[in-house]
Amino acid sequence: MSIDISFTVGGEAGQGVQSVGFLLAKALVRCGYHVFADQDYESRVRGGHNFFRVRAKDSPVNAISVSTDILVALDKNTVDIHRSELSAGAVVIYDGEKIPDVAPGDSILSVPLDRIARETTGNPQVSNTVALGAVFGLINCDLNILSSVVQEYFAAGKTGENNVQAVKAGYNFILNDYRGGFRRRLGVIGNGKRMLMNGNEAIALGALAAGCKFVAGYPMTPTTPILEYIAAKARDMDVAVLQPEDEIAAVNAIIGAAYAGVRAMTATSGGGFCLMVEGLSLAGMTETPIVVVLGQRPGPAIGLPTRTEQGELEFAIHAGHGDYPKVVLAPGTIEEAFWLTIKAFNLADRYQLPAIIITDHHLSSSYFTVEKFDLSRVIVDRGELFSGDGHTAGSEYKRYLLTPSGISPRAFPLQQEGVLVAADSDEHNEEGHMIEDAETRKNMMNKRMKKLDAARKEMATPDVYGPAKAETTLVGWGSTLYAVREAVDMLLAQGVSVNSVNLSELWPFPADGVYKLLTGARRVCVVENNASGQLAHLIQAETCVKVSDSILKYDGRPFVPSDIAQEIKKRNG
Amino acid sequence: MVTINDYDGGKPAWCPGCGDFSILAAVKKALVALQLEPYKVLLVSGIGQAGKLPHYMRCNVLNELHGRPVPAAIGAKMANSELTVIAISGDGDGYGEGGNHWIHAMRRNHDITYLVHNNQIYGLTKGQASPTSDHGFVTKTTPQGAPVPIYPLALAMASGATFVARGFAGDIEHLAGLIKSGILHKGFAFIDILQPCPSFNHKNTYAWYRERVYKLDSEYGYDPGDKAAAFVKAQEWGDRIPIGIVFRKEQSTFEEQVPALRKGPLVKQKTVPLQAESLMNEFM
Repeated sequence: MSIDISFTVGGEAGQGVQSVGFLLAKALVRCGYHVFADQDYESRVRGGHNFFRVRAKDSPVNAISVSTDILVALDKNTVDIHRSELSAGAVVIYDGEKIPDVAPGDSILSVPLDRIARETTGNPQVSNTVALGAVFGLINCDLNILSSVVQEYFAAGKTGENNVQAVKAGYNFILNDYRGGFRRRLGVIGNGKRMLMNGNEAIALGALAAGCKFVAGYPMTPTTPILEYIAAKARDMDVAVLQPEDEIAAVNAIIGAAYAGVRAMTATSGGGFCLMVEGLSLAGMTETPIVVVLGQRPGPAIGLPTRTEQGELEFAIHAGHGDYPKVVLAPGTIEEAFWLTIKAFNLADRYQLPAIIITDHHLSSSYFTVEKFDLSRVIVDRGELFSGDGHTAGSEYKRYLLTPSGISPRAFPLQQEGVLVAADSDEHNEEGHMIEDAETRKNMMNKRMKKLDAARKEMATPDVYGPAKAETTLVGWGSTLYAVREAVDMLLAQGVSVNSVNLSELWPFPADGVYKLLTGARRVCVVENNASGQLAHLIQAETCVKVSDSILKYDGRPFVPSDIAQEIKKRNG
Repeated sequence: MVTINDYDGGKPAWCPGCGDFSILAAVKKALVALQLEPYKVLLVSGIGQAGKLPHYMRCNVLNELHGRPVPAAIGAKMANSELTVIAISGDGDGYGEGGNHWIHAMRRNHDITYLVHNNQIYGLTKGQASPTSDHGFVTKTTPQGAPVPIYPLALAMASGATFVARGFAGDIEHLAGLIKSGILHKGFAFIDILQPCPSFNHKNTYAWYRERVYKLDSEYGYDPGDKAAAFVKAQEWGDRIPIGIVFRKEQSTFEEQVPALRKGPLVKQKTVPLQAESLMNEFM
């Protein structure tokens, strides 16, 4: 029988919800399971209600389940809020000695977390790890694997020791004292050689593998972990990291670094991206390759800082004053987050323009189980570089040499004696110095814009998921990929004629490929985490294919597959 | 042997009598005095009449957005620490639009030199108030008179700058000496340069400045290492205006704190994607 089990850990901010959930997910991956995990938290560091959901299967899993089998409630609020989500036979682990006012029921299991923590370690702060041990006891999984995951997570010394003791005590409490009927057993089913990774980590890892040497960024949810991860690895990976005063400085600093010859990146969210927009235009004008990660969250303004949305697709594509070429990539999976980051660096260098990786809180912060990336497949393409051969003392290096492709071989300052590199925000001549005349202006605009046509040919057209032809084609972009696909699976199982397409390489828009995919569809329905149907606008403007329907969600929460399936059935009548 | 001619670039489009001509001459003199070859020098400028200066020289040039030369200069310096990087602004570019960048770059002590051409007026847009326009100064946008100006040197002191100086476009030799000292200074060297604008500022003229400026270095007993004294001099403005090095201290630079830069310039370091292999194991 296949295994599909869901856990929810809930409590106030500051109670350790995130670490219990994360360690549970990690230990299950180590035991050979496929795990998906997401986090729901408020924009506060103490109090409120946060929860972390973990779903484990013995086959690939990429979305959350609507019901939960084990609920760990670190406060009473969690029991009240999540009680309705319990599956048949579910168990709620809570500390009946600390939260006596929880109404009893078959599913309620009181574990004296606080008392066990005090008795075992003298430190009540590890009561959340006692709960983690109790969960592992309930599913009768390998305590040694859990202990080693906990040991690795906490620093060596007293803290690590205490947490390992706490986990063991929680586990043993269940073994000795549990008399209930929960009978889900999760043995070790694999060697645990898969990775548990979120979108931020995949992008950061992609940047490091691509040879990014300079990262400047101002912290902003949901992409702060990208900056933190690279800063943590900067010493080993030879990366220079700068946390500047604002996002304006961040984008201009990476432009300076890229001008001087290194791969450079920044990461932000919508509000910070707004401040970078002028810099994107400069990168377009000076033909400086940079990579900007835009992790969306619900706007406008500060919006819902810790929630998810896809409200900035059109903004990203059109960001910046004036016409200039740029690339926009929107990963839908962890694998895409890694590989499209490398592609973003290569396209930025090849076409000498800004490349934007647009993601969202859902993909950035949710954990997926993936195989290790094959790094031997990573290609680092710096584009056309000025070799310096035949350069004589009297000749001028032309940074903006007019060529048939529009791409001018790049030189870097200090590369060679006598080679001077001039890059200019003003309209300029081939040497990089400012001009005013109409002829040069036109030539330079043509030079820059023709790079867009060549870059368009590098945009992959997505595969169709499900049958090649269907009554309804669901079209999404970025992080909705898995939710839409799972909805397609549900609908197909119920005999509904449906398939789906997920776009991840969005600008320059692969119009020919998308036209071919959608022009035969009877009904095109976009599924987007925004209020205005931005992908629908883009498809219609670029392909003239009519988008006749849309499922839009803008409550700050990610799509649940069953909701999409129900909505389609409702509309089909 | 590097000469002034090696640095000669395009013909300036500044007004006759503009202080920028003298600043251009002083920059070239300083670079020649240091015998720096043009390909080893990067000038990063913003927007305004000052921002055009690099186009009138022969060296590496990055002409940036309005107010943004400092962060771009920092990025370039971190990418290639062997470059001599000089950022150039006017008072609008540096103290207005880019004020935040300037403050924090001083605090972090990046190893670059920053020249601010301070003519107390907006020249490129033809005569509006700047952050350093004298109190009550009437311009097209301040018909009732400009508000109280900022004191750039005092702000630099308060921001933890390690090299604070003021030059005067009317004394090229002295200014060139300051720029040379600034380039040699390990850390962020900030130089405010009094620059008469004959077209749009008819108050703060060459004659007005000449009546007031005096050299700190000739004043008996002035010690640029004395922070308290420097704070006093940094706020002196009116009948007497000090020029010279107001404050200087030794302090480690931002770049010295970055482990990756200890192995040499980033731009020379090779990319090895397989280096990321060990990182992936940590996710298992």
